[in-house]
Amino acid sequence: MQMRKLIKPLVFVLALLPFSVLVLRILQNNLGPDPVQELSLDTGEWALRFLIIALAMTPLRRITNQIEFTRHRRMLGLFALFYATTHLLVWLMFVLEFRWFAIAEEILERPYITVGFIAYLILIALGITSPKFMVRRLGKSWKRLHKLVYVAAILGVLHLLWILRLDIGPAVFYGSLVALLLGYRAWFSFQARRS
Amino acid sequence: MLIKKPSDIKPSEITPEHVYRNRRQFIEDSGKLLLGAAAASTLPSVANAQIGAGLMARAPASMRRSPPAAWWADKFANIKPAPNSAPFNTGESLTPYEDVVSYNNFYEFGMNKGDPSSNSGDYKADPWSVEISGEVAKPGTYNLEDILRPHDLEERIYRLRCVEAWSMVIPWVGFPLADLIKRFEPTSKAKYIEFETLVDPETMPGVRSRFAIVDWPYREGLRMDEAMNPLTLMAVGVYGDYLPPQNGAPLRLIVPWKYGFKSIKAIVKINFRETMPDTTWVDLQAQEYGFFANVNPAVHHPRWRQDTERRLPQTLFSRSRIATEPFNGYGEQVASMYEGMDLSRYF
Repeated sequence: MQMRKLIKPLVFVLALLPFSVLVLRILQNNLGPDPVQELSLDTGEWALRFLIIALAMTPLRRITNQIEFTRHRRMLGLFALFYATTHLLVWLMFVLEFRWFAIAEEILERPYITVGFIAYLILIALGITSPKFMVRRLGKSWKRLHKLVYVAAILGVLHLLWILRLDIGPAVFYGSLVALLLGYRAWFSFQARRS
Repeated sequence: MLIKKPSDIKPSEITPEHVYRNRRQFIEDSGKLLLGAAAASTLPSVANAQIGAGLMARAPASMRRSPPAAWWADKFANIKPAPNSAPFNTGESLTPYEDVVSYNNFYEFGMNKGDPSSNSGDYKADPWSVEISGEVAKPGTYNLEDILRPHDLEERIYRLRCVEAWSMVIPWVGFPLADLIKRFEPTSKAKYIEFETLVDPETMPGVRSRFAIVDWPYREGLRMDEAMNPLTLMAVGVYGDYLPPQNGAPLRLIVPWKYGFKSIKAIVKINFRETMPDTTWVDLQAQEYGFFANVNPAVHHPRWRQDTERRLPQTLFSRSRIATEPFNGYGEQVASMYEGMDLSRYF
């Protein structure tokens, strides 16, 4: 029982580790010759990773019968939002350099930014409705709303695919993971309906 | 009228010429002695930051490479330093050697910027030969030593503008491509020139990737007048040293007014032809990359803007975003070749 209580803070600290490493690298000026690019890629990739990790919790619970997995689902999802926010802030601060008028143009004219931004809006909506009282208040529509997480994941992979120039390996990797998780969910609900 | 006699300088106060000529190295070495190894690791960049007339930029002593074969050392013994003025010197701060050799696009070695330097340990730049073919009087396969023999090496400090909107200032070592072309005696049908990069799955892990959407070998090309332009350089070195694999050893092209991807690396084939060759990036994404690929702030890449560039190296809180110049600032030398062409169409 005591061990159980330790798991949550442990997951929290682990999830914060990539961010701490980034902060350390910023302080040491150890981001290479093109730090903005490095920060953008790193924060974006962690946002996608956490989204996929959060998505994997329910299937893992079903497969292992360990309820522990779903107890951390919300926190992991919020970490995906956290890293996506960092990613967006890096873009705003260091790429657009707060040229606010350019935001609309970039979002409208560059498809990869459009899909990335939509994915971010979804994560915001899911983040706002993640507290327990919101779950209660929204009732049945909460579940429907939170199915959008798959849309966010697919858009995230598309966003990545569109910035790759020559080797689409990473997009294939994350795309297969999302497809696998989505496939499992479809298969599971199909089985549930049949029985 | 009072005429002042200049005060005599004692011979003992005059710096010996060899020390003067190597003064940057001298400063670097004394710095190392004084400040110890930790501080010295940053000194080469400082010492190389500005380069004057008559002195060549040198790679930091600790990072210098051994010659790929013995004859290379003789070839590199006599390099003419860059002049003090445009177009063969930009007058801007050089991008430090450490960054030039660690931040690269060379997809044959992987797709991240650090991959080419970390994944090229097995790569062999010697022995090397180049196949010359097509519309020339003297086709054939030539050893690199024979290719380089008649050419004197010179240093040229050029801006390198990547299509990804970052840029560097790099002191290359090489010789004009025009001088090489003349030796093979192109026929009147030679209107374009096509280059190919080595493909060696054994030593190039990127070529083994299943998800690379490219049809190796990497191919690039120039129109004949572009190839003959005095700015166009065949490079064999950088910072006074032999090219590292990640920078295109042993032989690469430098076309400073075009986006970096035109400056093809590790050349094994040069083909002279009558028609415009297919090139790797045009094959991949014709809407995004054109054959000419002249640096042009007015024509944006569909996925990002091209009117500014990140001059590297940057730190997060001193980011030098500078305006991109038409033809990368070499308009005076090259713009006339494109007169009458719609550059938004032929990008």
